[in-house]
Amino acid sequence: MQNSTYGNLTFSTVKPGEALAKAKNMKPVDIIAAMSDSGMKGRGGAGFPTSIKWNLAAAAKGDEKFVVCNADEGEPGTFKDRVILTDYPELVFEGMTIAAMAIGAKVGIVYLRGEYAYLTKQLEDLLAKCREENLLGKNVLGKQGFDFDIEIRMGSGAYVCGEETALIESLEGQRGEPRNRPPFPVDTGFMGRPTIVNNVETLAWASCIIAKGPEWFNAIGTEKSKGPKLFSISGDCEKPGVYELPMGITIAELLAEVGGANAKAVQIGGASGQCVPKTQFDRQIAFEDIATGGSVIVFGPERDMLTVAHNFMEFFVEESCGQCTPCREGNAKLLEGVNMLREGKCSMSYLKELCALGETMQLASKCGLGQSSPNAFLSIVSNFEQEMMGRTN
Amino acid sequence: MARINKNESRAPRSMQISSFPELDDPKAIGATITAEIDGKDVKVPMGTTILEAAKKLGVRIPTLCHHADLCVAGVCRICVVEVEGQRTLQASCAYPITAPIKVRTYSAKVRRARRHILDLMLSKHYGECYACARSNNCELQALAKEYGVDKFRFGHPSEPLFEVDRSSYAIHRDMNKCILCRRCIRTCIDLQEVGVLEVIDRSDKTRVATFMDKPLSDVICINCGQCINRCPTSALRANDPTDELWAAIDDPKKHVVIQTAPSPRAAMGECFGLEPGTPVTKELNTALRRCGFDRVFDTNFTADLTIIEEGTELLLRLYKALVEKDETVALPQFTSCSPGWVKYLEHFYPDYTDNLSSAKSPQQMFGSVIKTYYAQKHNIDPTDIVSVALMPCAAKKFECNRPEMTSSGYKDVDYGLTTREMATMISEAGLDLPSLPQSDFDDPFGQATGSGVIFGATGGVMEAAIRSVVELVCGIKVENLFDHADVVPVRGFEGVKYAELPITAVGPVPEILAHLVPNWDWLKGATLKVAVCHGTANAHRVMEDIKAGGKFSECHFIEFMACPGGCLGGGGQPIPTSPEIRAARAKAIYAEDSGSEVRKSHENPAVLELYSKFLTDGPCGHKAHKLLHTHYTPRGKYIT
Amino acid sequence: MLITERQRMVQDIESWAGQFGNDRSSLMPILQNVQKKYSRISEFSMQAIADRLEIHPVEVYGVVSFYSFLKDEVHGKFVIRLCQTITCDMAGKDRVAKQLENDLGVSFGETTTDGMFTLEYANCLGMCDQGPAMLVNDQVFTCVTPEKVHDIIQGCRQSLTAFAGLRKES
Repeated sequence: MQNSTYGNLTFSTVKPGEALAKAKNMKPVDIIAAMSDSGMKGRGGAGFPTSIKWNLAAAAKGDEKFVVCNADEGEPGTFKDRVILTDYPELVFEGMTIAAMAIGAKVGIVYLRGEYAYLTKQLEDLLAKCREENLLGKNVLGKQGFDFDIEIRMGSGAYVCGEETALIESLEGQRGEPRNRPPFPVDTGFMGRPTIVNNVETLAWASCIIAKGPEWFNAIGTEKSKGPKLFSISGDCEKPGVYELPMGITIAELLAEVGGANAKAVQIGGASGQCVPKTQFDRQIAFEDIATGGSVIVFGPERDMLTVAHNFMEFFVEESCGQCTPCREGNAKLLEGVNMLREGKCSMSYLKELCALGETMQLASKCGLGQSSPNAFLSIVSNFEQEMMGRTN
Repeated sequence: MARINKNESRAPRSMQISSFPELDDPKAIGATITAEIDGKDVKVPMGTTILEAAKKLGVRIPTLCHHADLCVAGVCRICVVEVEGQRTLQASCAYPITAPIKVRTYSAKVRRARRHILDLMLSKHYGECYACARSNNCELQALAKEYGVDKFRFGHPSEPLFEVDRSSYAIHRDMNKCILCRRCIRTCIDLQEVGVLEVIDRSDKTRVATFMDKPLSDVICINCGQCINRCPTSALRANDPTDELWAAIDDPKKHVVIQTAPSPRAAMGECFGLEPGTPVTKELNTALRRCGFDRVFDTNFTADLTIIEEGTELLLRLYKALVEKDETVALPQFTSCSPGWVKYLEHFYPDYTDNLSSAKSPQQMFGSVIKTYYAQKHNIDPTDIVSVALMPCAAKKFECNRPEMTSSGYKDVDYGLTTREMATMISEAGLDLPSLPQSDFDDPFGQATGSGVIFGATGGVMEAAIRSVVELVCGIKVENLFDHADVVPVRGFEGVKYAELPITAVGPVPEILAHLVPNWDWLKGATLKVAVCHGTANAHRVMEDIKAGGKFSECHFIEFMACPGGCLGGGGQPIPTSPEIRAARAKAIYAEDSGSEVRKSHENPAVLELYSKFLTDGPCGHKAHKLLHTHYTPRGKYIT
Repeated sequence: MLITERQRMVQDIESWAGQFGNDRSSLMPILQNVQKKYSRISEFSMQAIADRLEIHPVEVYGVVSFYSFLKDEVHGKFVIRLCQTITCDMAGKDRVAKQLENDLGVSFGETTTDGMFTLEYANCLGMCDQGPAMLVNDQVFTCVTPEKVHDIIQGCRQSLTAFAGLRKES
């Protein structure tokens, strides 16, 4: 395994320890203000402003607070967190430490997906080194009264645990079933205490923002989508890998960069994202247009889109937690529908019924998984209708 | 990692009721908020769910996974509503109102979503409504009707997907009917803390199962049947023996006798459209006779007998412990009339089976008396007697099948019948219970006291025991201590109740007990400490306290009932159940007690006659021991 | 003193609970450790864990059945998990799958009769730029081709023989 990253990532320009040394002398409000000034929104895909999350957790009452790093990167087509954890783990740990300073937490937990178990040794070694260097432990970097340590907890193969409340359930030894929201984790999180759950990339950027200043971050990107973003590019292109690109980039620009200009469609945001056909390649990847956690899967001219839809639906049928009716049964029905389409046995009226069902799933499911699981099906059906109906194979 | 919250509810957090952020502004605490629901305004306290607020307005929102007794799950999604400003629909049962909101409960989006959800449930729900025990009492069926389901949009299973688990004497599980609302799980894990059922697997393979998918008879199920009462469909139901029973009734050789417990009589009316809390005792007697039962007896007779036996046993234990200083005597003594509780103890606290009173439950005492005393008296061959018990209980079905319950030489009780099953039999016989004439119980076991009646409510056994102990031991009228002989401190639905009864005087102890110990003065100045507890979750708390040597370990006598509310909330009672319904039934039971001519067990003439003519060596004597007492099996919780 | 496997398991669970904590939040790491050491999470171990953490065995079973990496049945010394998600699928995972089945003589979801290999599919392994990818226990292999499959399996076999040889010598 090697990490294919293209171009220089900003992460390589920030020296380990740099951010923490600066943050040490900042007040919690200043750290949160820096996040606010940077304009960063969560890099996991949902795009919730990081500063607001931190601020809510800082304001919440609790005898104990937690910082959780969501390293349960399970979205198909996403692998940038793996690259960060391999090449720049110290930035992530620093980000967690900075977040802990901001909200007043003493315990940090990295929830690492079981599939990345091979990273544990390296991460544990680094944690040990950090403890030796007093980057973790009691009175971190001599900052009196600031104790913080990080432990690693492993997932065991459940995509839904990437959803923050499911992740917390899993940490508490439960089935990874998302909770009712509200209350939100910033108020009632791990062990019922205020908890922030941040994506790996978000925490790494937080370190960069402290090290390089919020203005630097804020100057990149668009009005509503600030900063650079890592993209995981895979599929039918010449140079798959991880790219750092500014938010707001159009699909066409991105495809040119990665060598996928002849694509007929791209899947933005992984299985839970949407499938964008060639005619819409001028759209922007940004929170104001197509939001994403950074997964871009390129489909070449020869790809059969129904096969793609089939693969996505199989994924969701397996990964639904099975808690709420729309997601549990709905995904199975959509998969059944895709199979009917493949066999050329689906009536137009039933296809419409399935699309309506998909909309219900988007509206009525309990968590983000169920709400976004029909996206791929719906966007493929609406954009590639000529590939759907009347199939003979 | 932090180790906190050890004593919080064990319910998965996803299933717990939503809390809402504490407010810094003290004036806001306890504040009310105005919510607009379907164009109407309602003022509700901060944190009220949309569902509750709508109820206040008289707006009905359909629910399935929601239940008044259970924590919020928010999984079925049938109760979704549109909240202005929210991208997605919100589950009204789980959405606390913390700011002014506008809600639409039946917009086009909402209606379509609900219809889809119903269609999805029906696509997995095998079976036909007319061939279902819960037809007309099924929440899924009712919603399908309400939402005009006229076809199965996403299909309907033509073959069963699961085998029905008929292994248990008490409870049958048919997962083909399950819609995964998880009420049974929340009942079993949170409400009862027994932990037999849980969600297994994930995605569309999700199902409710026992540990390692073992049959229900092989796991630690205590047969309380609370899951049945909360199942919206017939995925869980009691093991129904009515066909066999009809056959026995139709057999002219068989002498079919039935005993009826007080709780079914306080609840049966619900199955015939009466308000909860309407007693139908005397109409029921008529109905049972018309169904073909040869004799109709009152279980309260043996409830009175239980009080005498169990009370005597307690006095003997106390004597051994306090006077003879015998340290092997197990105290506190636990009641043993609730078979769910008995099995709970056998599984979870096997070291404490000696604490259980060896007295059988009223049902089983009745069984052995009928096939011995009654058979002799009326010259009936016991093999021709079919002994039936109408009980509010699922666990009674298990109890009557315990191998040790054959002290009459035969199976003491042949069938345990639930209130629901009896209601079906009465309907089958074409009878409309509420309009039947009233009639009395048959002799000789038709005479009972108010003390027997209140066995149906939590605290009842204790109240009956106190009434008798006070009069028999202290030699004073119980009315002198408690107005109208109502021992109010042990009444009510509080989870665990504790009371002390100082014994200031010891009167002349009547003959029936006097011979048991040489002298009764040792009781003078003692303080009888008692506790009452209902629902096994509360039993768990009390037992842990006893294990830790806490306050309850100093009690002398503790009443335990497996079901919330006691027998009136039993697993064989009419569905639905809720705190209000149980309160209404309790009212009916206490009213029957209040109206009884005789209200104290030791004054029951039939009981006294039994001792003088049959159990001639008295309470806890040799004969009583053989017929009216039993033993227990420490089972443990490990399953092999 | 003769210690039965059950007693040893109870001791192990005791020490892991000591390490990770005495409440339910240590359930996942304990299960992961039991699985690693005993190749499965047996019925007995679930009850012992439940007893230790003061939860119900059925709750442990619910958790084990939820996570696809936790198993109550015995699995092979090497668990091979081939990624079946979109980009690995596009990169030719079907041919790799076929070859795995041919080389091991079992289908997906099965364990070889010698108890060496369990073959399974997994969802996205996060190696989308280097598919087809697969995990062998905790080790990841990328850009797997049918030709490489044989080498990987041989490598596994040899690592065990080498290990057995080492034990003999010492």
